[in-house]
Amino acid sequence: MIPAFIVTHSPALMIIAPLVGAFLSPFICRISSTVRSIWVGGAMAVTSAIALILALNVYSAGTRLYVFGASTASAAIPPDSGGIPIRIIFEIDPMSALMLVITAISGFAIIVYSLSSERSHTGLESYYTLYLLMITGILGMVSTGDIFNFFVFLEILSLASAGLIAYRIDGGVAVEAALKYFVLSTIGALAILVAIGIYYGQYNALNMAMIAARMQFSVLDQVALVLIIAALAMKCGAVPMHFWTPDAYSMAPSSITALLVVASQASLYGLFRTVFTLYNVTLNAATVGWLIIILGVLSMVVGVTMAIPQKNVKRLMAYHAVSQTGYMLLGVGVGLAVLGNQSLLDAFGYMAMEGGIFHIINHAMYKGLLFLTAGAIFLRLGTYNLNRMGGLGHSMKWTMVFFVIGALAIAGIPPFNGFASKIMIYESVFVFNPLLAVIAMVVSILTLASFVKVFHSIFMGPALPEYSEVKEAPMPMLAGMGILAVVVILFGLFPGIVVESLIAPAAHALVDQGAYVAAVLGGV
Amino acid sequence: MRMSKIVRTGANLLYPFILIFGLYVIMHGHLTPGGGFQGGAVVATGVALVIVAYSFEEVTSMIKKVGMKARESIGLLIFIGAGIGALAVGAPFFSNFLAHSGLLFGQSIPSGPNPGDLNTAGVIPIMNLAVGIEVWGGLAIIVLYMLSSIPKEGS
Repeated sequence: MIPAFIVTHSPALMIIAPLVGAFLSPFICRISSTVRSIWVGGAMAVTSAIALILALNVYSAGTRLYVFGASTASAAIPPDSGGIPIRIIFEIDPMSALMLVITAISGFAIIVYSLSSERSHTGLESYYTLYLLMITGILGMVSTGDIFNFFVFLEILSLASAGLIAYRIDGGVAVEAALKYFVLSTIGALAILVAIGIYYGQYNALNMAMIAARMQFSVLDQVALVLIIAALAMKCGAVPMHFWTPDAYSMAPSSITALLVVASQASLYGLFRTVFTLYNVTLNAATVGWLIIILGVLSMVVGVTMAIPQKNVKRLMAYHAVSQTGYMLLGVGVGLAVLGNQSLLDAFGYMAMEGGIFHIINHAMYKGLLFLTAGAIFLRLGTYNLNRMGGLGHSMKWTMVFFVIGALAIAGIPPFNGFASKIMIYESVFVFNPLLAVIAMVVSILTLASFVKVFHSIFMGPALPEYSEVKEAPMPMLAGMGILAVVVILFGLFPGIVVESLIAPAAHALVDQGAYVAAVLGGV
Repeated sequence: MRMSKIVRTGANLLYPFILIFGLYVIMHGHLTPGGGFQGGAVVATGVALVIVAYSFEEVTSMIKKVGMKARESIGLLIFIGAGIGALAVGAPFFSNFLAHSGLLFGQSIPSGPNPGDLNTAGVIPIMNLAVGIEVWGGLAIIVLYMLSSIPKEGS
């Protein structure tokens, strides 16, 4: 059904499609706004389709390799290189494939939304160019098997994000947020670069599988681990490095904020990939596992307590994003803490990791949905201030429905997807350490309380006279939100199928370092 | 603000040499130190020199932002086009399908000392050229935008 050419070259085509879309859009977007919409929408649709084809292929046929610049796509080790994979290699295992699915769905839903939400702004060709470059960065980060290449895609993502955060200049406030994000990203990227230098100096290789096979866990490797964990935990917004998230998330256009959520999940993926694939059992799993658990618990508690007093709806949601990142760190951290102990892994470790990984995809969907509803409200009202909203349930019915779906999902209420992943985290973490599970549940209750307040102040009450002219959000915006809402509901209704077919292979691929190494180096 | 006649004449004299040196660095990227980025940066310093010597209004009539933006995009498109060309002949993305083919930049060279043959290395010189064009446009735009925030003379 799908041509073999596309399946064979899908890892490259997935990067080519958004890049060609981005580089041609300065020309094509000058023709007319309709042509622009078709071009960028089409480029993103093609990218999503290829990413989904690749992900399906990985789930059915196992880990895929793509060697750039070689004579054939599977020639990982050139005959004259002395056994070192010198070329840039994309290695897509089920964990990467899961991230591809997230990016494909969110990226498409958000660009449909953008076509309408950004219509009245200037400089749209740059907006869409940077948007497609952001997608390139995320797709590259999650599929690459080369650690220097990871750094390159991380930089593409950071630069494009910084430009888009500053897109609505807003009297310089957005530029300030973008500058903050940019400076922090650069510091983080430099830390990662130093870590890459340490690996290269010790192991003469930049390929992740090669480094993993040669990993000694020397003192230098410990320094590199600290640098990478610090930088990527900062990029995914974990407390105590979360301070850029409220500014950047609240000042960026809402469509970009939703994509920034996906971008921070890609950093989280990098963190897990480093810990599980590069180091795996060589590191002191209990210590590093507890470190990640503590980062997670801090993020959960500080995020939600900072969210409650916020008056700006997007700042509030940004703090909730920090809080939800904590759940993923907690779940996967528990899995890491018992790594190497097969009986404990089978008892609750895999389930905790599956819960954490399931929460990544769930979070990207419902948090994206919530930010998009905030953008729809801003489009009609021109304010993010909760105190100046009210009674919108009379005029923006669909937006209200989508907001309720997102809010119930983030609070972990059945039958939405947030419940499905949170119950997995609660149950497995309770076996590991009951106190952590209790904290996680309390945070969930506080999240619900916070969103009840937000829901009430935005949508309930009598229709306000100053908003008597307010209409429902335009159709493309509703369609973008609708895509995410459908995924939220489907994942909540059929969590068993999703966990079995998408999440469990990802968790097992993450733990199974040997398979990742063997895919590149052959049976070692 | 316009500089003195000496500076303007000096800039006029130097401009073609800077351009040629930059293009030389780009074109010999696969043989000598340097390459697309370095050569493109040298060419862009030529643009910066013109901007220093003449007033902003004169410069913007000589160097158009649109043209520089077009260079930026065209450079990137040539670069990715060179990668896609490999897909068209059935090899993986970015594969060097022109090397040793006898076509453009496709000559093989015997090993051992040689004076440097320009007609070698396959897609690498094409990519150097693409990066050169892209960096020329990109750096020139950065300089132009930084300058456009300077207050006008007399205002």
